[in-house]
Amino acid sequence: MNIKNYITKALVLLMLLPLANLANTEVHLDKAPIDPSNQASLQRGARTFVNNCLGCHSANYMRYKRLEDIGLTEKQIKENLLFTAEKVGDPMTSAISKKDAKKWFGVAPPDLSVEVRARGADWLYSYMRGFYRDSTSSTGWGNCVFDPVTCKVAMPHVLYELQGEQVLDHKTHQLTLAKPGRLSVAEYDALIGDLTNFMAYMAEPAKQQRNRLGWFVLLFLGVLLVLTYKLKKAYWKDIH
Amino acid sequence: MSLLTKKADELLGWVDARFPLTSNIKAHLTEYYAPKNFNFWYFFGSLALLVLVLQIVTGIFLTMHYKPEALMAFASVEYIMRDVPWGWLIRYMHSTGASLFFVVIYLHMFRGLLYGSYRNPRELIWLFGVGIFLALMGEAFFGYLLPWGQMSYWGAQVITSLFGTVPFIGPDIAEWLRGDYLTSDATLNRFFAFHVIALPLVILGLVAAHILALHEVGSNNPDGVEIKKLKDKVTGIPLDGIPFHPYYTVKDMVGVVVFFIVFAAIIFFAPEMGGYFLEANNFVPADPLVTPAHIAPTWYFTPYYSILRAVPPIGISQFPGVAAMGLSVLAFVFLPWLDRSPVKSIRYKGNLYKGWLAAFVISFLVLGYLGTVPANVWGQFGAWLGKADIATVVARIFTAIYFAFFILMPWYTKIDKTKPVPERVTG
Repeated sequence: MNIKNYITKALVLLMLLPLANLANTEVHLDKAPIDPSNQASLQRGARTFVNNCLGCHSANYMRYKRLEDIGLTEKQIKENLLFTAEKVGDPMTSAISKKDAKKWFGVAPPDLSVEVRARGADWLYSYMRGFYRDSTSSTGWGNCVFDPVTCKVAMPHVLYELQGEQVLDHKTHQLTLAKPGRLSVAEYDALIGDLTNFMAYMAEPAKQQRNRLGWFVLLFLGVLLVLTYKLKKAYWKDIH
Repeated sequence: MSLLTKKADELLGWVDARFPLTSNIKAHLTEYYAPKNFNFWYFFGSLALLVLVLQIVTGIFLTMHYKPEALMAFASVEYIMRDVPWGWLIRYMHSTGASLFFVVIYLHMFRGLLYGSYRNPRELIWLFGVGIFLALMGEAFFGYLLPWGQMSYWGAQVITSLFGTVPFIGPDIAEWLRGDYLTSDATLNRFFAFHVIALPLVILGLVAAHILALHEVGSNNPDGVEIKKLKDKVTGIPLDGIPFHPYYTVKDMVGVVVFFIVFAAIIFFAPEMGGYFLEANNFVPADPLVTPAHIAPTWYFTPYYSILRAVPPIGISQFPGVAAMGLSVLAFVFLPWLDRSPVKSIRYKGNLYKGWLAAFVISFLVLGYLGTVPANVWGQFGAWLGKADIATVVARIFTAIYFAFFILMPWYTKIDKTKPVPERVTG
């Protein structure tokens, strides 16, 4: 493809952008119960993540050791969470290779380190509760949160044994639980809530520290403002 | 005199015999006489300098850890956010600083429009300033590619494609800019070079020229009167002038602290600013095979982006829109020669100028908003208007107003009913 051709295409694309957005039907998202101060919830979320997500998805920018942030000791991390790495300072890397994953699922599962910053916690919370039985898809599962237009998704419903099987009413777009899983609806929602809470933490581990520190910085600047203002007044008292 | 101050004086004398230290401090600070009636709008010059220093210092520390390489760039930013001690703070200072740089510069330019700071004898100050503004836009654009997220990548792809619309030589220019047929590792490397050294050098040089020119002719003020016209007969100091240091240094310190409060509030509590400073899509690594559904530039470019989208193509050529976008920025260059009013400051200008300035500000803001949203945001007109996007039509109207502010200026400033200007500043 020559360069002129390419640029024409890029520009056509630019002109079509509004149309692309038109097709982007809004999907209702449920509010995720995020509480970064709830360490028990973050730890449960970390367990769910390591047990169920890390098999296929990496979180390569996150080191196991960093989980000390959420109240775990190095020993606890080593004994309970260190499945895919040797050392506690290693990143949380998935065990499957990109090449295999691409062959099996069609796309390589994305790294999830900053997924919540890219998609939002509410999206993740809704997505993980939005799988339903779809016999027409290759995995047997659909999800309208992932793609509101086609409801197709490459990822199978990994937690279906816990949630059970939902079905989609194509007229009302409502999901109903057709076959209950090992957890009740409330228990499953709580599990996904904890997972979302953990992934929100993982997307920006320094966030808690930044919010805490912010108040001290603002307090200092408030005092400094009073002092500089008085200094200015003192210097300027003769200027009229 | 104690021994210590005597020694210090000797040392200063030694330096002064070899370097114009004391004379420069006098010329630019302690004996630079600024009008005593500076108001709120005069904080933004010193704040712009502050943000420039902040961007350079935080940028140096980011450069120590950032990798300008397509396979590592995204990861190295996350490495800075997580593993580099205080890296998150430095990165947020830099990303927030970029946006606040434009806030400060836009307010600084608006001050110029209010009080006629671009007029004789300050045309060169204004031209250097426009040069800084252009270089800053380039600086921001090049820097935005570096995190190598989806928005970085596709933003760069779209903007470099704009050059491809130039008749005949366009495609070659676009390829030459990217260093490749599409945005790639080569592009990232050269944008890094432009961002960390080429444009900062240009900006620093222009800032020095901007300030030197300012200190040569002296500052304007909210009344637009020249304080140098009335000097004390004995001392030769302008009657309405006060030394920049200490008066404006202590005053600017208050402005600096207020700025830092806003800066800190954003950094510590809302570094993404609801997606306006850091876009959600930029937390997805760049993927040349997946085009995002909605590509919008960062907020400070959206007025010009709106103009780009508003101007209809001629045939299949998008060049008119691109040219209009370029002209909308370059229009500022001509201001000193477009304004024919006998007075400088808006305080003594008539309602005609006030009306046009208000219309310009409103069109800038409306275009800025429309540039952040898809063109169908307000729906379509009925069939009688060819089902045109309402937002596009509105953008066209405001684009016309934006340009009319400049093009019609020689006429409306000439016939405007101005008020008499006082001899001295009014405080």
